[in-house]
Amino acid sequence: MQNMIEIHTVSKSYWREKIEIPVLDNIDFRVAEGEFLALMGPSGSGKTTLLNMIAGIDRPSSGEVVVNGTAISKLSESQLARWRASNIGFIFQFYNLIPVLTAYENVELPLILTKLSKSERQQHVETVLAIVGLSDRMDHYPGQLSGGQEQRVAIARAIVTDPALLIADEPTGDLDKSSSEEIMTLMQRLNTEFRKTIVMVTHDPHIAEKAKVLRHLEKGVLLEA
Amino acid sequence: MRTPRLIVKNVFRRKLRACLTILGMAIAVAAFGLLRTVVSIWNTATQASATDRLIVRDAVSFIMPLPYAYLDKIQQVPGVKVVTFANWFGGTYRNKENFFARSAIDGATFFKVYRRYEVSKQEMADFMKEQDACIVGSALAKRYGFKLGDTITLKGDIYPGTWDFVLRGIYEPKSKSTDASQMFLHWRYLNERVKQVFPGREDQVGWFIAKIDNPANAGRIASSIDALFKNSSAETKTESEREFVKGFVTSASAIIDAMDYMSYVIVGIIMLVLANTMIMSARERTREYAVLKAIGFSAGRLTELILGESLFISIIGGALGIALTYPMVRSFQGMLPPGAFPGLSVGSRTLELASAAVIVVGIGAAVFPIQRVLSTRIADGVRFSG
Ligand SMILES: Nc1ncnc2c1ncn2[C@@H]1O[C@H](COP(=O)(O)OP(=O)(O)O)[C@@H](O)[C@H]1O
Ligand SMILES: [Mg+2]
Repeated sequence: MQNMIEIHTVSKSYWREKIEIPVLDNIDFRVAEGEFLALMGPSGSGKTTLLNMIAGIDRPSSGEVVVNGTAISKLSESQLARWRASNIGFIFQFYNLIPVLTAYENVELPLILTKLSKSERQQHVETVLAIVGLSDRMDHYPGQLSGGQEQRVAIARAIVTDPALLIADEPTGDLDKSSSEEIMTLMQRLNTEFRKTIVMVTHDPHIAEKAKVLRHLEKGVLLEA
Repeated sequence: MRTPRLIVKNVFRRKLRACLTILGMAIAVAAFGLLRTVVSIWNTATQASATDRLIVRDAVSFIMPLPYAYLDKIQQVPGVKVVTFANWFGGTYRNKENFFARSAIDGATFFKVYRRYEVSKQEMADFMKEQDACIVGSALAKRYGFKLGDTITLKGDIYPGTWDFVLRGIYEPKSKSTDASQMFLHWRYLNERVKQVFPGREDQVGWFIAKIDNPANAGRIASSIDALFKNSSAETKTESEREFVKGFVTSASAIIDAMDYMSYVIVGIIMLVLANTMIMSARERTREYAVLKAIGFSAGRLTELILGESLFISIIGGALGIALTYPMVRSFQGMLPPGAFPGLSVGSRTLELASAAVIVVGIGAAVFPIQRVLSTRIADGVRFSG
């Protein structure tokens, strides 16, 4: 099987007033296509930073990141933006929906960037809203939805462009137990039924269990599987 | 959904704030429009005043009359084409509130020197035939419902008594800057009655107006006219109409300059107000903009969103403001004596300037928020909680 993600000796440091803060230290790993990886680790260990490298919203200090066959560390900002639009689906802890847009419009947002016609867009949006089980809520605003429903809208927004890779940073971090389980069931379905490669960060061992592979990050170093 | 819809939704996210900003924009643009209108009318009034007409008045004071006999002498000065003269009649029509300029003139020469009053040939002939005839401006005729053949009765003050004039002509102003609410009567008729009632006060005129062949010679011709009457009992002061008007307005022109300056200060202030609104919105939406960037929105797309929002507010407010300018100019004119600012209306130049100001404000106010949104790193923006 091909690799969806290849991380070659990636290090990342932040600089604060001329003091170097190392965050990631010589990370080297692969994620196969169709994988569902859970990344665990204590707070501040660099999980989010690593996800950002993979998703092309942050750049490594050294090393190379290849995702879906593209060496993304070499792309310019505008090339990266275009690349993200077609390759990555983002799922955040706090959903990050736009409060003045309906569920339907929030899901449609990434499609503004495509050349799809109005009816094609409508078809895509309705399809993914059906997948997340919110066909009957498309005219609701985020404020009128529960946390679990909001996250499902956010997932629909992440998959509406049919990206190969989903990046989820603590997707259940703000949800109660039953909503969390719903979300995990949905993520599993996206992985098995729709063949999405998923990299998910979580604190919760019960949540991590739902993934196929589990890796630990400690102080910027990836522990052996 | 398309970008414009998102822009509109964004604008009205904070309805009160959006409405107050739009209202502020409207008031500022209306104030700008009013100030520019007054400034531009002032400028046209000065520019419309001719350089090929010389005003000859008493050297001591404008209210002192000059002997009618000067007419022939001025006519003899080389470079002078036509000479005419005029005299304030004063008086009141019904009551003091009905203010309009009434001048006694020499019909045969006056309308040759002043081509800005258009009277039909027939009406002009009728006016010239009758000694107690008069001509009024179309605006004045409209205001009081005067029709040809009507008798207009004035109560004299400079020339006491009751005066009846028969309306024989109505003039149309040639341009907007011409006062269309004046009244003209025959000086000769006035003079005849003065001779009978106030012997000794006859054969006097208020001022002469000399049309000259070349504005470049105005200075030389003016000095030769004044030289004629040097050491006489009524020395003259001659200057071009433009200088005359300018001299009249020097004291006011400082105020006009201040209005000119202030109109741009207002634009600056409203730009800051709108910029403030836009910066607050951008700050509140730091996370959203970071998410949009993550999703793949390019710098151009984000610029479009923010600039669109800023321009939307400025254009809606600006359009409202421009619409407001008209009633504001009208009510401002209502506070002035009629005829004080002939042609006080919103000019196309003012509209152009106001529209340009609206666009500049919209773009200017978006600069900092755009800069902020584009320079925020996605990773930091998504973490942002504020
Ligand atoms: N923009 C930044 N500037 C400086 N330090 C940062 C920045 N972003 C993250 N860090 C630091 O990097 C470390 C790892 O952060 P993060 O990847 O968010 O960890 P995790 O997601 O595992 O909790 C933390 O110590 C954090 O303070
Ligand atoms: Mg994190």
